[in-house]
Amino acid sequence: MYQYDRYDQAMVDARVEDFRDQTRRRIAGELTEDQFKPLRLKNGLYLQLHAYMLRVAIPYGTFNSRQMRKLADIARKYDRGYGHFTTRQNIQYNWIKLEEAPDLLAELATVEMHAIQTSGESIRNISADQYAGAAADEICDPRPWAELLRQATTFHPEFSYLPRKFKIAVISSKEDRAALRWHDCALRIVRNEAGEEGFEVYAGGGMGRTPFIAYQIRDFLPSGQIFSYLQAILRVWNMHARRDNIHKQRMKILVHDLGEEEFRRQVEEQFAHFLTLGTDFPQAEYDRIAAYFAPPPFESGLSDDIDLSDPDFALWVDRQVIAHKTPGYAIANISLKPVGGIPGDISAEQMDLVADLAERYSFDEIRATHAQNLVLPHVRKADLYTVWQALDAAGLADANLDLVTDIIACPGLDYCSLANARSIPIAQKIAERFADATRQRDIGELKIKISGCINACGHHHAGQIGILGVDRKGTENYQLLLGGSGAEDTSQAKITGPGFDEEGIVDAVERTIERYRELRTDGERFLDTYRRVGMDPFKEAIYG
Amino acid sequence: MAEAALRFRNDDPVEEPAVTLDAFLEQAGASAVRIEAGDDPRRLIPQLGRVKLVEVGFPRFRDGRGFSTARVLREAGYDGEIRAEGDILVDLIFFMRRCGFDSFAPQAPLNRADVDAALSRYEYVYQHAADGAVPIWKLRHG
Repeated sequence: MYQYDRYDQAMVDARVEDFRDQTRRRIAGELTEDQFKPLRLKNGLYLQLHAYMLRVAIPYGTFNSRQMRKLADIARKYDRGYGHFTTRQNIQYNWIKLEEAPDLLAELATVEMHAIQTSGESIRNISADQYAGAAADEICDPRPWAELLRQATTFHPEFSYLPRKFKIAVISSKEDRAALRWHDCALRIVRNEAGEEGFEVYAGGGMGRTPFIAYQIRDFLPSGQIFSYLQAILRVWNMHARRDNIHKQRMKILVHDLGEEEFRRQVEEQFAHFLTLGTDFPQAEYDRIAAYFAPPPFESGLSDDIDLSDPDFALWVDRQVIAHKTPGYAIANISLKPVGGIPGDISAEQMDLVADLAERYSFDEIRATHAQNLVLPHVRKADLYTVWQALDAAGLADANLDLVTDIIACPGLDYCSLANARSIPIAQKIAERFADATRQRDIGELKIKISGCINACGHHHAGQIGILGVDRKGTENYQLLLGGSGAEDTSQAKITGPGFDEEGIVDAVERTIERYRELRTDGERFLDTYRRVGMDPFKEAIYG
Repeated sequence: MAEAALRFRNDDPVEEPAVTLDAFLEQAGASAVRIEAGDDPRRLIPQLGRVKLVEVGFPRFRDGRGFSTARVLREAGYDGEIRAEGDILVDLIFFMRRCGFDSFAPQAPLNRADVDAALSRYEYVYQHAADGAVPIWKLRHG
């Protein structure tokens, strides 16, 4: 994976001192809270209900054991012994003291980590396929491009005070594991007929209160021109977006208001201009970065056999292990969704254990997923049983990837000052209702996503079953949505009807699932059945 | 017109009042123009030859439209003064200098020591901008 040189290190160190000075000026009263807020947000520091929350960037979801151990140390030293993986492959800490934040950042910088642009009206941490470099179906590893764009978009002087946040994702396979088209700018690496590498470019996606699925605005962009094209998109948006209403300033609103054709025309006009400026990074810099992502020294001639005589292990392999591009190796998913737990939460001790396993069995690589789980991307099949035993002993061996208990949930009203309703207890109650492993496997793939307010951090628009918590005359109320997808068959979930209270929403989810079991044909996923039969049969089951 | 409290140019400041973009385009003798957030700076490009001062308004420091305005004018070859006026915090100055601003008329006075610290804190930059700073990739590859 990528390693900082002295320049990268100098940039991160300078940001630590920059933030230390901003914090000093805030504490001394030289900055008002209104002035400080955008500055701290650009460095990932939110003020939540009970304390500050710090969001640490994990660029394109890739990190190593040394970094994970530092994250564990920070959890113990600055937080309450745990951290929370987020839907942008980042990790956040919920109990941070403002005056300690600069020291925390200085510690992160010692392991080549930071919180730069993890929040605020900036170009956010770039997300990518969590199986990059390991997936059997990828054209190439998308991470060198993600790293190049990380550098190109870090402290970009023109685009550091954008109308709103701006999210980028990069993948290089047909299967979409990164919720690509729910991003402001989505890039899929493709090859044209001449075999040249380029990007399919999508723009104008996003969740929030006004969801849009990104439009394809380029079917092939030569890869070396990506920074020019990205700057063209950003300039069109920065110059023309509204600034009078924070809810209408995301790029998706501009793309929608201008129309896909006019937006594309303006981007192409700016793109032609940017190409004349020579701002694109040269091939030599791409090659330098790509060298860090060379495949690890996989052994050849390994057996693909896995001894599945332990039935619990066999169930875990069946659910959590994915095909690797190299014979003899596998991708192992680690669930952070134990029944009754908080989706995405992990203790410092569990972090240390995952770090140990990555170091010994996965070429020192760990991945964070947008579904708030972890991955060991390069495990020898012969080592899977040992890895599973260690995970099992640490409470990390749930076999529920993409099943009904693998729920995405935002922190909700338990932590977040924006939330209208709690998300975590709803996730816990649904997981408890469906705790039976046989029942989960029988239901099959079913992605439930829960947000505690319309900002949609829990991706409810993309949930096969989505749940949105709202405030209804002072009490929490939960709306049910069906039919969303964050995969390559992207779709927006639709609301079923009137909302429910806390118990009612769990019952409504169960009635939805039971109706699916009655209606499904062989091998049909929940989403397939919903698309075939439509909303009405489910409404009838839910509302009677 | 706001007087520049901070100026990074050696020539004499323009004394003429800056007029609105619409007025400037109609007044053939004008040489100082004010561009508000939301104005399209590209309208000025055909007339750049007679421009000596562009004042760019920042109604709120969070409104970053003026950053693009300065870049657009510098990319069109304008080398006269570009002044940032309005709600300007010390934390914006480094990015503004990179975008091509070379004078500043902040509503509230800036602490000069803080400005100097802000301008010297980042030794390197990752990308080309209007300030001529050499991006890191170029330092890496010579």
